[in-house]
Amino acid sequence: MKLTKLLTSAAVALGLATTAMAADKTKVGFVYVGPVGDGGWTYEHDQGRKAVVEAFGDKVETVYVESVPEGPDAERVMTQMALDGADLIFTTSFGYMDQTINVAKKFPKVKFEHATGYKQAENVSVYSARFYEGRAVQGHIAGKMTKTNTIGYIASFPIPEVIRGINSAYLHAKKVNPDVQFKIVWAYTWFDPAKEADAAKALIEQGADVILQHTDSTAPQAAAQAAGNVVTFGQASDMGEYAPFPRVSSIIDDWGPYYVARTKAVMDGTWASVSTWDGIGAGMVGIGEISDAVPADVKAEAEALRDALASGEYHAFTGPINKQDGSAWLAAGETAADFGDDGLAGMNFYVEGLDAEIPN
Amino acid sequence: MDLSAINPVLLIASLMVAATPLLLAAIGELVVERAGVLNLGVEGMMIVGAIAGFAISVETTSPFLGVIAAALCGALLSLLFAFLTQFALANQVASGLALTLFGLGLSALMGQSYVGVRPPAMARLDIPVLSDLPVVGPILFSHDPILYFGLGLTAAVWAWLKYARGGLVLRAVGENHDAAHALGYNVVRVRVLAIMFGGACAGIGGAYISLIRVPQWTEGMTAGIGWIALALVVFASWKPWRALLGAYLFGGINVLQLNLQAAGVAIPVEYLAMSPYLITILVLVIMSADKSGAPASLGRAFHASH
Repeated sequence: MKLTKLLTSAAVALGLATTAMAADKTKVGFVYVGPVGDGGWTYEHDQGRKAVVEAFGDKVETVYVESVPEGPDAERVMTQMALDGADLIFTTSFGYMDQTINVAKKFPKVKFEHATGYKQAENVSVYSARFYEGRAVQGHIAGKMTKTNTIGYIASFPIPEVIRGINSAYLHAKKVNPDVQFKIVWAYTWFDPAKEADAAKALIEQGADVILQHTDSTAPQAAAQAAGNVVTFGQASDMGEYAPFPRVSSIIDDWGPYYVARTKAVMDGTWASVSTWDGIGAGMVGIGEISDAVPADVKAEAEALRDALASGEYHAFTGPINKQDGSAWLAAGETAADFGDDGLAGMNFYVEGLDAEIPN
Repeated sequence: MDLSAINPVLLIASLMVAATPLLLAAIGELVVERAGVLNLGVEGMMIVGAIAGFAISVETTSPFLGVIAAALCGALLSLLFAFLTQFALANQVASGLALTLFGLGLSALMGQSYVGVRPPAMARLDIPVLSDLPVVGPILFSHDPILYFGLGLTAAVWAWLKYARGGLVLRAVGENHDAAHALGYNVVRVRVLAIMFGGACAGIGGAYISLIRVPQWTEGMTAGIGWIALALVVFASWKPWRALLGAYLFGGINVLQLNLQAAGVAIPVEYLAMSPYLITILVLVIMSADKSGAPASLGRAFHASH
């Protein structure tokens, strides 16, 4: 009896001690879908985490778990983080959406931030970047640079974020090169270097001389380099080790400022559930340096396009645009709405001209 | 739809490349399991082989030294498993899983300074007349040497298991270790050697991915091929030629489905994406309708005193 009592009080004391310690330090957790060394998506999220550490030093403690599969296992990881006293948890992949909402219900005091999803809650914010703005710039360069008029696109999963990217790249490639054709391959993975390499090789063998990728590893870059005359773009991270050719530019995700701001909000007690969707203008999407492999006039046009997107003077989805089935989507001069029917957030259709079908 | 965009010759050539890492890992594991040991650490040994081969190739600028280093490191890592299961008599399933986790972590640590580095290329076979032949040339005579090594190894393992005295001893150990022990064979020694062979094969398979198929180093780059190799051994009924067939089917359908997608074939992508798994399992299950079962002592610990 005595022993039990002693143990209980010890446990309580220990619990108090850890709570007291946790109160000093803000604990921030990160759930990653790939390894931090993927050179792409997860790498950039981890750079964001490091920015948080740098900004707050020992006032903050960060933890992360990498290569967490999208599915029930993610829920376990998040629950463990919350139990370990995390104050704020960033879940950094679309496929963690329902798991984040489930765990958030169980831990109302813990704040959650889910990347690229659309389900918000009292203690769940959503944030994403307007990658499609970067895709517009890529599409422009791709349309100008292709000689075979065939552009290969390695897609990951048929979710709105990926479909927006395909549409945006296609519209802007088509604008400068009416004969352009897109070949789309769904890899059904975010990260599988061997499969991504195979997909890139299949596209190259079928005549694509520009490869766009929406998967996270640098394997397609290596495949393009081996082929010799194929243009690529860095995805999520600069992938500058493949510059100046095959990688001629890139989309860079910059999460650091957002992560720092949200951590600050938790420290100050001003955190509220918000939906953030920033693009080139706010700096969440960066366009990596356009290399000299791109002709000077194309480079200048691409940079002008980037600046127009940044200032808001031009929207990447500006009408007239029809849907794939020929029905009207945007009237001349009309720009796409973020939300609502046919809004960008839930985009599930191709635009007119794409010769492919979206998997269900 | 534009099927003419698919070049069958290039397709066959690239499916052989896609299948090779799987084949190497599966042949290695097949020998291990024939000796009665279940090593679930294939994925871990592959990824350590991938980074070891990559690092040594970059440092020495010789891809061949890299492949040899990958084999050595794979075998070295498997010794850990051998020690745990053959001497400490630990549970094989748990030890194998631990080996995979350990391998993934160790490779990430070893590979930190190799992200983004380009490895030296391995020369392809280039036989003056043969490699230039239409159709046959690109398919049969213009690959890297490791691919041929994989095919040769399959034949060698098959012949060794079937005809050589050593192969018969190994199978005896796998079927009934007590009987083999009673006959005077050193069960533990046979098994340790088999485990090391499996580790070396998995290591070469991993190095094939990082040096030839992709070629670059990225954390976690084997992405589950080790597990597929494990499944393949079972579905191939522990027979080398069937493992070869399975590996080529799996690699082939994988490459084919990507090509079909790129050509815009009107088959829903979901079906294409699952087809490699489905068709490979289906074909091998139908083939294993004969009564070739698992080695009888598979996964059981052995100690001479029992």
